[in-house]
Amino acid sequence: MNRSIPWLLLSLAVLLFGLGPAAAQQAEADPAAIVQKFGGKQSFDATEAVIAELAATGDERVARALRALREGDLYWREGDEAVFIATRKGSDYEIFDPLTGDSAGTVPSGDLQKVRVKNSIRNAVTGALGTLTLRAENPAQRMRAASTLFSDADPEMIGPLDAAIAAEEDSAVKARMQEARASAVLASDLPAADKAAAAKVLATRADRESLTMLIRFAGATDDPVAKQAADAAIVAIQNNIAFWNQTQNIWYGLSLGSVLLLAAIGLAITFGVMGVINMAHGEMVMLGAYTTFMVQELIRNNAPGLFEWSLTIALPLAFLVSGTVGLVMERGLIRFLYGRPLETLLATFGVSLILQQAVRTIFGPSNRQVGNPDWMSGAFDVGLMSVTWNRLWIIVFALVVFLALLAVLNRTPLGLQMRAVTQNRRMAAAMGIRTPWVDAMTFALGSGIAGIAGVALSQIDNVSPNLGQGYIIDSFMVVVFGGVGNLWGTLVGAMTLGIVNKFLEPYAGAVLGKIVVLVLIILFIQKRPRGLFAQKGRFVDA
Amino acid sequence: MILARFLGPRVWILIAAILAAAILVPLSNLALPADHPLHVPSYLVPLFGKYVCYALLALALDLVWGYCGILSLGHGAFFALGGYAMGMYLMRQIGARGVYGNPELPDFMVFLNWKELPWYWTGFDQFWFAALMVMLVPGLLAFVFGFFAFRSRVTGVYLSIITQAMTYALLLAFFRNDMGFGGNNGLTDFKDILGFSIQADATRAGLFAASCIALALGVLLVGWITRSKLGKLMIAVRDAESRTRFIGWRPEYVKLFAFTVSAVMAGIAGALYVPQVGIINPGEFSPVNSIEIVVWAAVGGRGTLIGPVIGALLVNYGKTVFTALAPEFWLFLLGGLFVFVTLLLPRGIVGTIDHGWDALRATRRAKEAEKGETAGTDVVPDPAE
Repeated sequence: MNRSIPWLLLSLAVLLFGLGPAAAQQAEADPAAIVQKFGGKQSFDATEAVIAELAATGDERVARALRALREGDLYWREGDEAVFIATRKGSDYEIFDPLTGDSAGTVPSGDLQKVRVKNSIRNAVTGALGTLTLRAENPAQRMRAASTLFSDADPEMIGPLDAAIAAEEDSAVKARMQEARASAVLASDLPAADKAAAAKVLATRADRESLTMLIRFAGATDDPVAKQAADAAIVAIQNNIAFWNQTQNIWYGLSLGSVLLLAAIGLAITFGVMGVINMAHGEMVMLGAYTTFMVQELIRNNAPGLFEWSLTIALPLAFLVSGTVGLVMERGLIRFLYGRPLETLLATFGVSLILQQAVRTIFGPSNRQVGNPDWMSGAFDVGLMSVTWNRLWIIVFALVVFLALLAVLNRTPLGLQMRAVTQNRRMAAAMGIRTPWVDAMTFALGSGIAGIAGVALSQIDNVSPNLGQGYIIDSFMVVVFGGVGNLWGTLVGAMTLGIVNKFLEPYAGAVLGKIVVLVLIILFIQKRPRGLFAQKGRFVDA
Repeated sequence: MILARFLGPRVWILIAAILAAAILVPLSNLALPADHPLHVPSYLVPLFGKYVCYALLALALDLVWGYCGILSLGHGAFFALGGYAMGMYLMRQIGARGVYGNPELPDFMVFLNWKELPWYWTGFDQFWFAALMVMLVPGLLAFVFGFFAFRSRVTGVYLSIITQAMTYALLLAFFRNDMGFGGNNGLTDFKDILGFSIQADATRAGLFAASCIALALGVLLVGWITRSKLGKLMIAVRDAESRTRFIGWRPEYVKLFAFTVSAVMAGIAGALYVPQVGIINPGEFSPVNSIEIVVWAAVGGRGTLIGPVIGALLVNYGKTVFTALAPEFWLFLLGGLFVFVTLLLPRGIVGTIDHGWDALRATRRAKEAEKGETAGTDVVPDPAE
């Protein structure tokens, strides 16, 4: 105990005072400290020793300093002998940190001294750069080194890369190294046949970076063979990028579509099946989102360990909260208005105002923070496309909810009764179905589903009292577009609208794209007033 | 005059009251000294003017909803379009007095680095052109929209939803800066109208009187339409569209007529609203605004001439009072009003009074008849006869 207090003080002191260069010098293997050893007048041998020492750290950041050294861009400042990378800027030099490359201001040229190099030093640097990272123990580190070298496109590195490729056993890393070599070959003065081969290698990589590299090369070269190969590679890469762009659009479209599906699917029950215009549907979604917020607050305060489970816990609760509100609405209001759709619309709009204001009064008007559990955050790459986990989960979730609802409607007694009541209320009643009870349950189900949607939407949207308003018109559009009384129509409608929206966005911009979609739907309704999947049967308008 | 007989005394009282307000309010504002008990303070005049514009808007909605059964949830769009047309005229009147002092371009265009006026702004420096556009633009939109919608028999809730989508799409469109309507901020900083300063009390009084006259004319117009043969047809379409069609009428044309006339009225209301409020921005297009209009008409009593006027005045007066007293409370109240009116007062105030009156008269007549009957049975033939 007694001994630990001075230790504590000491570490505190180190923390307080050691944030500057002093801290850098403490750890022996800190490259920031070693690189400073280039400072001051010294022999070539000493410089070589520092290069070796830097290479031994295995930190790829030193590559920048080493390369600068080789190009003769590494300087040290008179006075404190601090080492910088410097580039001429007028009569002064702009200096950069040798490791991070952050700008450190400008100094007059008289203050800087160049770190002297000769050919043997340059060779030592090249060797060090090669061994430094390409031969690292860790494959991930080798991979990173190859990626860095790819962007650098440094002809001097061809030799080390060849050596590394020969020694490499991991095929993925090897491929990356070959790409790095190809980029270096394009920048070198090797024969045209080699460059043509390199262009082919880049064509298999086929991303935007190799495209710019090839375009630059094709513009600069005058050798017909190499140029032809580069042009072929450019076309191939452009096709590949176009393909991935389309895939990305579809993916974004599916993602937007699944959000629309979630928002609309409850409405497909209340509006589509029951024919009740529930303008408070968006507020049911909002209640679900706020339930998630409440659950997370409780967990944060009482059982932080459960945070990863917060969404799972929130799901049934959100269903219950929104379902109960829906049940109360149906029993207290909507059942008096059956057969008067316009009045229902107005009354439920009133309810939506009240719910919004109630939430605003209780939780305040500002956005509430709903956290993403770990499994919902982050992203991974598929080809040239980045896929975020939360979008992926929401698509999965939307489909699961959709299938579950389909199962409820088609496979349970409640679903059977619901369909019976919708198709012929009086006949159903005559068969002994308690139609008022079925109405209440149907409405509660639709509202509960909206609550579940709210849990998912809380992950990608701002949780505020206005959350629901943003979805209500879109939801109605989806249901009307897809066809009333048909869940499949809602699915197809949501996905179509999502994808069309995302494909229009690049040409028309987000807002205009949305407007175009709305106009298209309005025109579509003119053509098919009953939506994509119209219910078959005979209707007479009231 | 046939109208006099058809409209009934109540409507004439309303029109007289509106015209009286058109004279008395400006008079008391301008002529009476500020400490006189009957003096109307200057800040109230544009507020009253706003109510009157809303009343005209509610009346316009009543024409389609109350008399023709089309629940439009997009009437705010026609109102806002009329407002924008007027706003464009007022914008051009600013001339070189804007912040950037550009005689040709409004401030926001200078700010966006535009070099010349977009083609659709030409002509708006002329009042007659703007006034024409105030009616033409909403009317044309309603005509085209209605033509397609009614022809393909989009009715009921579907129509309500697509009208709402229409105003929503316009909301999004007008929020864009590239549209050339001032984007988010809309059009504001107006200086004068027809050469009169827009801030002056006299101008505001004049605008108020103009709004009142427009409302009175609106009541007359709607009264005339609904009491005509066409009006009977509208009511027939409202009550039994299919049957009307089977008899041989074309309901879509009837509806199209009502919808277009109503949109023009809404546009005029918007045009009168903008100079009194001093700003028009895309918020006017928001679907909630359009639904609020419906509740004015519903509260007052749809399908009557005086109902929407009374409803709009009452609800908006309540809004002013409550948003000042307890802003949080207002949305609860408005929401409650929606529920209350649809559930318990489906005919609105005027409709309920009428209905109650009729019911009362019916029972009295029944009673009298009963009395007469019993009296009749009591009457024993006079033996003397």
